[in-house]
Amino acid sequence: MNLTRDRVVSPILFAIASFSITALFVIGVFIFVEGLPVMLRVGVWKFIGSSEWLPLEGKFGILAMIVGSITVAVGTLVVAVPLGVGCAVYLSEFASKRAVAIIKPSIELLFAIPSVVYGFIGVLFIVPFMREHFGGDGHGFNIVTASFVLGIMVLPVIVGISVDALQAVPKVYRDGSLALGATQWQTTTMVTLKAARSGILAGVILGMANAIGETMAVIMVVGNAVVMPNSPLDSVRTLTGNIALEMGYATGDHRQALFATGVVLLVMIMMLNTLTRYVTRKRVARQ
Amino acid sequence: MTRVHPKTKEFIAKMALRGIAAVVILTLVSIVGYVIVKGVAVIDLKFLFGQPRSMGREGGVFPFIVSSIYITVISLAVSIPLGLGSAIYLTEYRAEGWATKVIRFGIDCLAGIPSIVLGLFGFSFFVKFLHLSWSLLSGGLTVSLMILPFIIRSSEEAIRAVPQSYREVAFAAGGTKWQSVTRVVLPCALPGVMTGIILAIGKCVGETASVIFTAGTSLRTPQSVFDSGRTLAIHFYLLVRETGASDMAYGSAATLLIAILSVNFTAYYLMRRFLRRVS
Amino acid sequence: MKARWHRLLMVVLSLTAVGLGLSGCGKRPSQGRTLRIVGSTSVFPFAELLAEAYRDVRPDIVVDVQAGGSTVGVVSAKDGICDIGTSSRELRPEEKEGLTRIEIARDGIAVIVHPGNTIDELTSDQVRDIYAGKITHWRQVGGADADIAMVTREEGSGTRGAFEEIVMGKTRISPRALVQDSNGSIREAVATSPNAIGYVSVALVNAKVKALAVDGEAPTEEHLESGAYKVMRPFLFLVKGAPEGETQKFIDFVLSADGQKVLKAEGLLSPSKQ
Repeated sequence: MNLTRDRVVSPILFAIASFSITALFVIGVFIFVEGLPVMLRVGVWKFIGSSEWLPLEGKFGILAMIVGSITVAVGTLVVAVPLGVGCAVYLSEFASKRAVAIIKPSIELLFAIPSVVYGFIGVLFIVPFMREHFGGDGHGFNIVTASFVLGIMVLPVIVGISVDALQAVPKVYRDGSLALGATQWQTTTMVTLKAARSGILAGVILGMANAIGETMAVIMVVGNAVVMPNSPLDSVRTLTGNIALEMGYATGDHRQALFATGVVLLVMIMMLNTLTRYVTRKRVARQ
Repeated sequence: MTRVHPKTKEFIAKMALRGIAAVVILTLVSIVGYVIVKGVAVIDLKFLFGQPRSMGREGGVFPFIVSSIYITVISLAVSIPLGLGSAIYLTEYRAEGWATKVIRFGIDCLAGIPSIVLGLFGFSFFVKFLHLSWSLLSGGLTVSLMILPFIIRSSEEAIRAVPQSYREVAFAAGGTKWQSVTRVVLPCALPGVMTGIILAIGKCVGETASVIFTAGTSLRTPQSVFDSGRTLAIHFYLLVRETGASDMAYGSAATLLIAILSVNFTAYYLMRRFLRRVS
Repeated sequence: MKARWHRLLMVVLSLTAVGLGLSGCGKRPSQGRTLRIVGSTSVFPFAELLAEAYRDVRPDIVVDVQAGGSTVGVVSAKDGICDIGTSSRELRPEEKEGLTRIEIARDGIAVIVHPGNTIDELTSDQVRDIYAGKITHWRQVGGADADIAMVTREEGSGTRGAFEEIVMGKTRISPRALVQDSNGSIREAVATSPNAIGYVSVALVNAKVKALAVDGEAPTEEHLESGAYKVMRPFLFLVKGAPEGETQKFIDFVLSADGQKVLKAEGLLSPSKQ
């Protein structure tokens, strides 16, 4: 009887496990069916190669927003990687065990802070600061502001994953290096960080994916102007922001163009994901 | 060229790292602290259990708390069984092969979809195609898609961490696979599974981009899952957008943060006690 | 233990069943006790206030208001997804078909700047040139030595539509303009930036911002009522076919003295006499 149950359970679990791939398929179908027609009608290259976005006149070009998304994501990394990895190195290599036992879970708790709260803090403090001290076309609503807000937001992710990666480096590596007379800092830079490189990289890429996917916090601080940025102090609009801003208002081709924006976003995220898989696979292969 | 002595270098590096760590921790802590300190002044029973008046500029936030709970419960009710089932299948029932590869690929892709795109999907699928309209059900189902990959991954990791020997003991005692899973593996993996679920709760409660297009923005207290409702996070967003940094906005944000942090903290504490008892 | 996992399985199965059932059952019948209003984000706050007021008159009726946007309001009303669609701009000719248009109020659009701005008045040509990106500096219109930060609404917004129609004419709003997604967020952006200019519903103007006179006329109630201040648009309720039953009763309430009092208190004007 027990064996019969096993035979029943297995296919049921298979069905459950297939749910994700089914859901992905359905999501893909719905987004593509709504988004592709207008993309094909406009022309794929024109859609992603022009920055003229006049949806009510039938002009759909999202290049400026693709650039916006990428610049904000890169800016986020510039802020978050030194801070996040530095903090992780300190926690895993230099801090006392007791400090780590308290600090690491607290940082992971902060993972759950809603992104809108970060956006709010950005509007309250960073936007006025940028406006008064740097000015620029965005009047405080600009790429740098967004990078700081998102950079702080993805810190918990990057710190958490980097600490895990660093702690996974076998202790014998460090012991060997220290035994050879290297200082702790030399050991960290020459041995530990090298060994944990791909794990940290995976965390960084995940942080970047989070930054590209973030919506509400970005809308609040980036100004949302549809222009090619000339300087980091310019306002831009991101792909996610474009969808969220205009979704409520759009009908017909305009709405389809927003779904097409979603298609482009999906493709970009898939590319990043493939990169992550490649990076992590190399790590597994080496071990 | 003068060479810096390694010891000096070590000292400088250590100081710099300590400084960076301090900046990171202080920034994050001060954000949370600032919002909570500013918001706590507004929070009282009337705020928590009162109805909003004049579009939330006055009154309480009770309906939004209810909506947030609805969304969280619906999405967990869907994603926990699906996520746990998937994790069990991937770890216990299937040797690594093309099937697990395809499924894992699906999970990874699902995890990467930005929440706003899930919002687009939820809007066109649940709201329009299934005629669920703007409702807590539409919102909850959309959010469940967002947290599902997260729950699968964390459960999978937790299950994998259970030593192989435990399973062998179960088999040696004459148990079936299903018995070894339910009686040995899952109880052992429970803390890890719970950690994933708790982090997922935080994501459900804090999500805005996808929920705003699927659950709507109605101010009323929802009576059923078919009603539209505004979650606390969305209410906070709309308040900030409409009124700037008002007392009500701080109050809503503080309520949100305190709720999320206390759930996480309690769960973390319980887990540690549980682990200590087991080991 | 065994029973517990059985139960878990049952939950999984029943959830699947529920999911399938939902997809099968299709349209949820509207109970007639819930009035669904969907549309313009500009009308949204006022519709919420009306719903609040209506609760005192008819506690048995639930009025559910969703912000989506004027265009969504038009389409939702046409599709019958909601009982009443709302719009904060005049309908385009192709949208009119099959809809009953009920004007519930009129609303001026105020051009606003930071309270510290020395400018008190602009001509509509100047406003147009600022938004077209031809005038980029406050000194060009007699103001301070600073760049102008223009803040606009997103494409598709009723407020933007009305502003474009009345002020911009055939000229386009410059893509360099900062975009905010509601009247309130424009007001907040302008209230916190000394060099910003924006446009919002007159009803939303408060002490944090300064409303400019346009072509010599300040957007006061008097000037709006007399038509001297030109930048105005209607707030519309849209119903598929002819309104009836509870929908009609709610509309009657909105147009009644009680309903209009609510809107007046917020700074809206009574609908134009037709």
